[in-house]
Amino acid sequence: MNEFLTGVENFFANVGALDAIKVTFIMAITSTFISAVLGITLGLLLERHDFLGKKMIIRINRTLMGVPPVVIGLLVYLLLMRRGPLGSLSLLFTIRGMILAQTMIITPIISGMVYAHAARSAPSIRQFAKTMGASKWQTNLLLLKEMKHEIYFAIVTGFGRSISEVGAVMLVGGNIKGSTRTMTTAISLLKSQGIFTEGIVLGIILLVMAFILQWMADYFREEETIDENY
Amino acid sequence: MRKTMVTALTMVVAISFFTGCAGKAAAIPETPVATPVETITEPTETPVVLDKGKLMMATTTSTADTGLLDYLAPLFKEATGYTLEWTAVGTGEALKMGEDGQVDVVLVHAKASEEKFVADGFGVERFPVMYNDYVLVGPKEGIAHTDDISKVFTQITEEKLPFINRGDDSGTDKKEKGLWKALGIDPIVNPNYIQSGQGMGATLTMADEKKAYCLSDRGTYLKQKNDATLGLELEVICEGAKDLLNQYGVIAVSPIKYPEVNNEGANAFIEWVCSEKTQTVIGEYGVKDYGQALFTPNAGK
Repeated sequence: MNEFLTGVENFFANVGALDAIKVTFIMAITSTFISAVLGITLGLLLERHDFLGKKMIIRINRTLMGVPPVVIGLLVYLLLMRRGPLGSLSLLFTIRGMILAQTMIITPIISGMVYAHAARSAPSIRQFAKTMGASKWQTNLLLLKEMKHEIYFAIVTGFGRSISEVGAVMLVGGNIKGSTRTMTTAISLLKSQGIFTEGIVLGIILLVMAFILQWMADYFREEETIDENY
Repeated sequence: MRKTMVTALTMVVAISFFTGCAGKAAAIPETPVATPVETITEPTETPVVLDKGKLMMATTTSTADTGLLDYLAPLFKEATGYTLEWTAVGTGEALKMGEDGQVDVVLVHAKASEEKFVADGFGVERFPVMYNDYVLVGPKEGIAHTDDISKVFTQITEEKLPFINRGDDSGTDKKEKGLWKALGIDPIVNPNYIQSGQGMGATLTMADEKKAYCLSDRGTYLKQKNDATLGLELEVICEGAKDLLNQYGVIAVSPIKYPEVNNEGANAFIEWVCSEKTQTVIGEYGVKDYGQALFTPNAGK
């Protein structure tokens, strides 16, 4: 048993797995938070206001929901490289750079989901608020409250996407041990070294976390259906 | 109208699926679909040499990234009838693929690991093929050009200069760690010594971005340096030292361990690549584009 433990310990030290788990979480939580603020605001604004080209924006948003992260990664890389337009910020190969890329990937997912639900349910909620004589702010608050499960669900989806992403963080972060190596890039490195067992161990940890997330998402979804039964 | 849209969409999906496959195939040894190799060799069918099928090789990123294999594969097909396919990974993974019987032959550069591979019964025999050399590259301010690697490594550690280690168990990674060890310096004491965990190309661009030093094989460095779109500012800081030589070996995967491997093809490749004619061809590769040969042939020596 002790041998097994030292084996596990060595393996964690070898690729810096504990650091990778930490980096994954810092990156995922920060980027999901920023994306949530941006995405919810964008989604609700998009529902509230009519303007020329709105349909086009919605279509672009839907496209971006499924954009390959590695494309965003390349784009951010080109932006941040020393000779790139934002090169002076020295954000390439840092967690902050990775958060920027992740935010660009997740924001459209959250805004798209929030918009899709708001477009369906907001008009009736607003109608109700109006008949009750609510102010503009009260209406908005009620809207957020009524949609809270969908918003949770959108955030959980965004977070799940963030921890499982590999292409963009590999390009922008550079997989530097102890500083920008995430769980997914560590797995990809282990595979390239021909070390499969440890890769699988790390993969299982990631899977368990994704599973817990899905569980949470389901929980919110169930809440939602219960609500609708009233 | 709707029907046409659906048909069009299906076609787009189908096309992107197939092109996606073709791009991936080179990296996946098990998938017997079209690879870039085949597209090159297809028209060169001569009536004299029969098509003998595929030979799968695991090799290092340096032989693929320098374009040497793209150059050799059609010649090999012409001479023997085998279609050479390869997956380019780090030496560690290449040998692992051999150990798992995924490939027929390996072409790598880490002598100690290669000898262990043969001693453990996974490979038949190791044949030296060629060598290239490593260069230490980095920003030219700070360290003067030299051929004394120990001086450079000492200065990097003492002045805590940024240094990028591949850290991916590749031949280059092993070589670099061996150099530090031989000098008795622990590179980790330098807080700016980092591990990229990526291939040579990615590590070179990272070094350029971070104005850091790194050890690279000359071929990959020259190829990237010559690429105007990259605009690499890295310069060669240290070269020419005897301990910077990088010997490539070719080993057939043991048909005793894995009867399903193409041992006949592997032997044909080894014989061909070590032949005098091919050795000359290897020695000429790169002279036209880079002004110097990327590999020095030394089979049988």
